[in-house]
Amino acid sequence: MPASVPTIGITSYGAYVPMPRLPFAAIAGGGRKSGGGGGERAVAYFDEDSVTMAVAAATDCLRGVDRSKVDGLFFASTTYPYKEKQGASLIAKALDLRRDVFAADFSSSTRAGTAALRAALDAVRAGSAAQVLVVASDCRVAPPRSALERNFGDGAAAFLVGSDGVMATIDHFTHVADEIIDVWRRDDDAFVKQWEDRFVVEHGYADNVREAVRRLLEKSGLTVQDFARAVLYGPDARSIEGVARRLGFDPKAQLEDPLFGKLGNTGTAFAPMLLAAALEKAKEGDRLLVANYGDGADAVVVTVTGPVSGATGRRGVGWHLGRRSELDNYDRYLAFRHLQASDQDRRAGAGVSATVHYRDRNEDISFHGHRCRKCGTVQFPFQRVCFQCFAKDELDEVRLAELPGKVLSFTMDFFAGSPDPPLVVTVTEAQGGARLHLQMTDVSPREVALDMPVEFTFRKIHEYGGTPNYFWKCTPIR
Amino acid sequence: MNPEAIRDKVAIVGMGCCKFGENWDKSPEDMIVEAAFEAYQDAGIDEPQRQIEAVFCGSVYPSKGTAEVADALKLFGRPVSMVQNYCATGTDAFRYGVFAVACGMYDTALVVGFDKPKDRGVSGPNVQTAGVRGLPMTPAGWFSLCAARYFQTYGASREDLAKIAVKNHHNGTLAPKSMLKREITVEDVLKAPIISWPFGLYDCCAQSDGAAAAVITRRELAKGFRDDHVLVKAVAIALAPNPQSDPTFDFLRWKPTVYAAQQAYAQAGIANPFEELDVAQVHDCFTLTELLTYEDLGLCEKGSAREHIASGTFALDGELPVNTDGGLKTFGHPTGATGVRMLYENYKQLQGKAEQRQVKDATTALSHNIGGAPQTCGITIIGMP
Repeated sequence: MPASVPTIGITSYGAYVPMPRLPFAAIAGGGRKSGGGGGERAVAYFDEDSVTMAVAAATDCLRGVDRSKVDGLFFASTTYPYKEKQGASLIAKALDLRRDVFAADFSSSTRAGTAALRAALDAVRAGSAAQVLVVASDCRVAPPRSALERNFGDGAAAFLVGSDGVMATIDHFTHVADEIIDVWRRDDDAFVKQWEDRFVVEHGYADNVREAVRRLLEKSGLTVQDFARAVLYGPDARSIEGVARRLGFDPKAQLEDPLFGKLGNTGTAFAPMLLAAALEKAKEGDRLLVANYGDGADAVVVTVTGPVSGATGRRGVGWHLGRRSELDNYDRYLAFRHLQASDQDRRAGAGVSATVHYRDRNEDISFHGHRCRKCGTVQFPFQRVCFQCFAKDELDEVRLAELPGKVLSFTMDFFAGSPDPPLVVTVTEAQGGARLHLQMTDVSPREVALDMPVEFTFRKIHEYGGTPNYFWKCTPIR
Repeated sequence: MNPEAIRDKVAIVGMGCCKFGENWDKSPEDMIVEAAFEAYQDAGIDEPQRQIEAVFCGSVYPSKGTAEVADALKLFGRPVSMVQNYCATGTDAFRYGVFAVACGMYDTALVVGFDKPKDRGVSGPNVQTAGVRGLPMTPAGWFSLCAARYFQTYGASREDLAKIAVKNHHNGTLAPKSMLKREITVEDVLKAPIISWPFGLYDCCAQSDGAAAAVITRRELAKGFRDDHVLVKAVAIALAPNPQSDPTFDFLRWKPTVYAAQQAYAQAGIANPFEELDVAQVHDCFTLTELLTYEDLGLCEKGSAREHIASGTFALDGELPVNTDGGLKTFGHPTGATGVRMLYENYKQLQGKAEQRQVKDATTALSHNIGGAPQTCGITIIGMP
C-alpha cells in the first residue's frame, strides 16, 4: 500500500446488551417460570429502546476517544420509534458530538448495520469525514410465544471508522440485493412477521449469504481457510451452522458463536455485535469474514491489524453477557414491551411541551450541569444564579454523563406508575458535586444502599403523549 | 428589618372550619360558606357586607380562583386576593391578611383557606410529571428522601414513625370535624402496603376536602368583638432550595422549617421554644415530616426525636402536645385550608374550648406547614394577650 494512502478501518468498537434475560422456560411456562428448557434471550428493560441501547454501545465505543473529532454518525435500526424524526441526531446529542456532525439513519432491513459500516468506510476513504461512528441497535418485537420471540434478542454495537489508530481494516465488501418476502414488518404492524420457516432459511437467508460470500472470495482471492473466524448473521444457530458448513468452513474451529440461548438475534445489531465479540478474542493478523442478511446479503473481510483490547475499559459483548438478571415472570416481559395493559399506558395526555424539551436539551439529552466560575460549585439543573455564591450568569456547562456517582438518598415509590414497580428514586451526587434527582434502573430494590457507587445511563424516562421521552438514570456499577 | 414589628398588632376574633372529609355532596362554595359564617358568628359579625373590608384566600387547586370566594360570600366591591405557596398556602394567606390589617389599611379582614381535591377524580395526590426529566413521582416520594440517611445516622426506624401515626389517629378521634376517627396500632402501620419506602399507607396523611376561615382585626378593635381574642405573635414564610438539587443538602432535616423557625421565633421573641410553647400543630403530611419538624423547630435536639416519641413528649398528655386535633394525618389535608385549620385548633386551645383535646393552661401556640419538594415553610405563633 502506498505510504500516502492512510490505512482506514475500525479504530474502536463497543457493544451493549441489556441486563434482563428472559429464560425460555418462562416463555413456555406461561406466567411464572417453570422448569425445563435451558437458554435465555436478552430483553431491553422497560426504559430501554433502540435509541438508549445505541447510546450505551456508542458510549462503550467512545471510551478514551476525543468526541470533538467525530464528524459522522450513522445509526442503523429497524426499530427506531419514529417514522419521521431522525435518530442519529438524537443519539449525537446524547453523546455530545459536534453540531456539524453528518448524521444519518439507516433502516428498513437487518442489513442496515453493514450498510452503515460500508457508507462510513466510503466517507472516510473519500475524505468527506475523518471519523464516523456507526451504531446499530434493535429492539424487535415478535408475536408473544412465537418461535421468533425465542430467537430474537435486544442489543447494540458501535464502531468508530477512521484512519487514526486503526485496529482492523475493512478490506473488501460485496453485496447482493434481493427481492423476497421472507421477514417483514409493515408501518403499522406491532410484530415482526415471517413466511414459512424453511422457505425463509433456504431461499432467503442461505441462498443470499452464500452468494455474497462466494462473490467476496472471488473478489478478494481468499479461500475459507484464510479466515480465523466466520462471523455469520442468521435466524437460528442451526441455519448458521448449515450455511457455514456449505461454504466450507469448519463450524467448530471457525464459526463465531452466534450466541443463541444467551443473547438472541438482535436484528440490525446482530452481525455487528458478533463482529464485536469476535474482535474481543481476535489476535493481530486474524482475518474475519462477516456476512449479514436482510433482503439480500453483505459480506466483508475484516483484518485485525493492531491490538484490539487497549486499556480503555471497553466492556464489549463479553462483559455485558456476564451482567444479567433473570426475569422470573413472562408477564414482566410483556409489560416492558407494552404487550399488556398497565396504568402507565393509560396516562397518555398531551405529552411534554416541545418548547420545554427544546430549551432543556442540553440538560436532558446531553446531561449537562452547570459549574460556577466563581466558586466551582457544580449544580443541576441549569441555574442563572449560583446556589452557593449567588454569582449571576457565571456558570459554564459541564457534561455529567460519564462521571461516577454516589447515592445520597433513595426511596422506593410504589405509588408512581411503573411497568416494573417500585420505582427506585434517588438523589445522586455526580463526582464534582452536582445533585441529581434520578431514577435508578437495572436494580433490584434490595441492592439499593446509601453511598453506593453508580454510573449514568441514557433511558426512556416516560412515554407521556405516546412518545418516548429520554433522560438519564443511574445504575449500580457492576 | 424589625422582626418584632408584627408582634401583637393583629388579633384573631373569630374562626370557622367546615367538616373535613370526602365531601362529595358539597361544592367548594358550600365549604367556604360554612367556614366563613362560623367565623362570622364566632366574631359576632352580623353585617359581613359592611364589616369585612378585605379578603385573603389560599387555595392550591381552585376551580375559579378569587371568584369562588367572592361569589360564595357575595363579598364584592372590595379586594379579594388569592395566594399559593404549596402546603403553606393557608398560612401565607393569613400572613397577607395580618400585614394588611397591621399597616392600618383595613380594620377587619377575612382569611379563607380551602381546597377540593376530591373533585379531581384521583385518590391521593396526582402523580406529577413536569417536563421530560420530571420523574413520575409523588409527594410521598419527595418527603421520604430524608428517611434512609436519617435512619442510618440516628438509628430511627419505621416503628418510630408508626408511633406518630398512632398518636395522631388517637387525637383525631377526639376532634368532631376530623375526617378519620379510628384508633390504630403500630402493627397496623407496619403491615400496611408501602406507598414510597419507608412510608406505608398509614404514614401518609388523609387527603380531604375542606375550608377554614379567620376574622382578623387590629388589636385596638379586638375587644369590640370579644374578650378572649387571640394575638398574632409571629407569621413567617421561608423558602429553601429544592432538596433534590441543593448542592449542600444533608438529608437530615428540612431546611425550610429551620429557616422559617428562626424568623418566627425572632418575631415572637421566643428563645426556648420547648419551654415557651404550650401546644403545636405541625405539618404531618408524612410521619417522618412530623419527626423532623420536632427537631427542625428546635423542640428537641437533632437526632433525639426518637426518644421523645418513645417517652410521649408530644402526646396529648405530654409536655408539649403536637397535633392535638389529629393533624393532617386524620383531620385531613385540603392543602389551601390546612394552615388555617391549624390556626382554628390553636385558637380553640388558647380559648380553652378544645373539649376532650384541651391542653391545660395553654397560652402560646405554634402552627407549621411545609410544602413543595419541600421548599417552603410557613409558621404562625399566636398567644393570649
